[in-house]
Amino acid sequence: MEKIDVLKKVNAVFIDVLDNEDIVLTYETTADDVEDWDSLNHIQLVVAIEKLFKTRFTSQEIQSWKNVGEMLDCIISKGV
Amino acid sequence: MKSFSELKKNLKRNFSGLKSIKVALLGDTATQFLQQALRGTGYDYGYDLQIFEADFNQIERQVFDPSSELYEFKPEIVIIFQSTHKLNSKYSKLKPDYYGSFADTQLEIISNIRTTISSNLNAKIIFYNFPEIDDSVFGNYANKTEISFLFQLRKLNYQLMVFASQNPDFYICDLSSIQNQFSKSVVFQTSIYINTEMVLSIDILPEVAAKTLDTIGAMNGRVRKCLIIDLDNTMWGGIIGDDGLENIQLGTLGIGKAFTELQYWIKKLKNRGVILAICSKNTESIAKEPFEKHPDMVLHLDDIAVFVANWENKVDNIKKIQSTLNIGFDSMVFLDDNPFERNIVRENIAGIVVPELPVDPADYLEYLYTLNLFDTVSYSNEDTERTKQYQTEAKRLVEQSVFVNEGDFLKSLNMLSLVEPFNNFNTPRVAQLSQRSNQFNLRTVRYTEADIEKLSKSDKSHTLSFTLEDKFGDNGLICVVILEKESTDVLFIDTWFMSCRVLKRGMENFVLNTLVAIAKENGFKYLKGEYIPTPKNEMVKNHYLNLGFISENDNNVWLLDVNNYSPKKNFINTK
Repeated sequence: MEKIDVLKKVNAVFIDVLDNEDIVLTYETTADDVEDWDSLNHIQLVVAIEKLFKTRFTSQEIQSWKNVGEMLDCIISKGV
Repeated sequence: MKSFSELKKNLKRNFSGLKSIKVALLGDTATQFLQQALRGTGYDYGYDLQIFEADFNQIERQVFDPSSELYEFKPEIVIIFQSTHKLNSKYSKLKPDYYGSFADTQLEIISNIRTTISSNLNAKIIFYNFPEIDDSVFGNYANKTEISFLFQLRKLNYQLMVFASQNPDFYICDLSSIQNQFSKSVVFQTSIYINTEMVLSIDILPEVAAKTLDTIGAMNGRVRKCLIIDLDNTMWGGIIGDDGLENIQLGTLGIGKAFTELQYWIKKLKNRGVILAICSKNTESIAKEPFEKHPDMVLHLDDIAVFVANWENKVDNIKKIQSTLNIGFDSMVFLDDNPFERNIVRENIAGIVVPELPVDPADYLEYLYTLNLFDTVSYSNEDTERTKQYQTEAKRLVEQSVFVNEGDFLKSLNMLSLVEPFNNFNTPRVAQLSQRSNQFNLRTVRYTEADIEKLSKSDKSHTLSFTLEDKFGDNGLICVVILEKESTDVLFIDTWFMSCRVLKRGMENFVLNTLVAIAKENGFKYLKGEYIPTPKNEMVKNHYLNLGFISENDNNVWLLDVNNYSPKKNFINTK
């Protein structure tokens, strides 16, 4: 899957989990840029993304991403 | 069941108008998600849970510090969530000499927590038991070795059950059974545990919250009292009218086994006090034949309180059953294999629970296990007598139609009532009736066994319980009154509730005569009553008016001058 397509799908997850239609993610987006993206909601987002792509992240991966782009790279590295 | 995400969306809804319940949540792992799941699920159960969530790992501090936020908050319910992970780490830090007494030590700590909470608060405690972790240190041999973690863990879970059965204000929420049902790999997710210190996965939160709310609901009168069952392809395989007695499927062979096992389950519910009713599209005599003649039937006609088999529609028939039993539709469960019948009933009878039975009868029972339809917070020996009581009620209805004059009929019943204060013997039943009475309940204040025990020792209150028996049978304890001294002149009726199965017997008059006598004996001038409306107790809206009380500034508050009272006529004698 192309990175841009993964971004679209991940964006939809953010909209659903954070219940906010206005979220527009880019590769450079960080947690500070998105309202309600705190460490707790991060876990809920991660679990929803895991489900969508039928994969699992390691506990280290979950804390390692500096922005959305790195998260997407990690998803793609799982071979989705 | 809703997902955690959907439950979180509930948090933004309008909670006004829902019953508010104050709950404290204390955990030794992070509980933020659980708190959200509980509040979100509470919304769907009709409750506005006001949750005080203690900071992480503060159970002991909150409980043992009398000036803690917990006690300032004054919750009605305290949920305590100790995790198996923390339990395991406590065990692991011990010197091996102490392994063997680990469960006993932990139970003692839990017991101290309970004692301290109940001496500082009037609250019920819900304690999550421990889902198993097998640390595989001994392998199978752990079962044969008292010092193994698994041995101690299972012992503690068992001891918690014993402890709960001895302490009326201490309830277990069975997290361990949730893990048995869904498997550990679903309940627990390592990455979440490592990153957040939470031991429950996102997927299991709704299940845990629902199981918790089942208990909170039962504490607040949300209990299912009656199971209505269809016959063909629900109670047995095949169609009795077409296939005949010999050809319906029941017993130990093939699919017959599924129906027989379902019947055993239903029989256990009946023995627990759930009322059984039949609602079937059949000719009555044909429908009854298997109950009378089939050797593999587990259920017999005397297990069934109301048997309705005819060709009318099921909505009308269920309404008929409801009016015979006199209980709310929301306390009924309807089992039917036919999706069409299920939908008609679901759409036309608000509140009734209609499980979406699986297509394959082999799956019925496993599916029903998962729904936890019959949670309760009380059980008394009288429960087992209930079916008989409803059957005698049906007999009374027949006899009543023979008498033209109601007074003659009531006189012929030879009614006797035993009037007693609360005591050790009647406390469980008083508490149970307090949870279950919705219709004939003037103020709907719910009391648990622990509350009842406290009240019976208080010198400010008069407690009264009433039984009623007649020539047809014993109804058992059917009415409860709690009187509180409000001032030197005024005795306040804090609680008056009554089982609807003794309506129209003059019981209200008998009770009021008793109350007036007590008021006079103790030098009070007035009895004061109050009606607090709920969605279910409209039947007693004019209760005090009908009994001759005078309204005090039209506020649902009523007064009776006991010195100008002439005893009300009734046909009940004191036992």
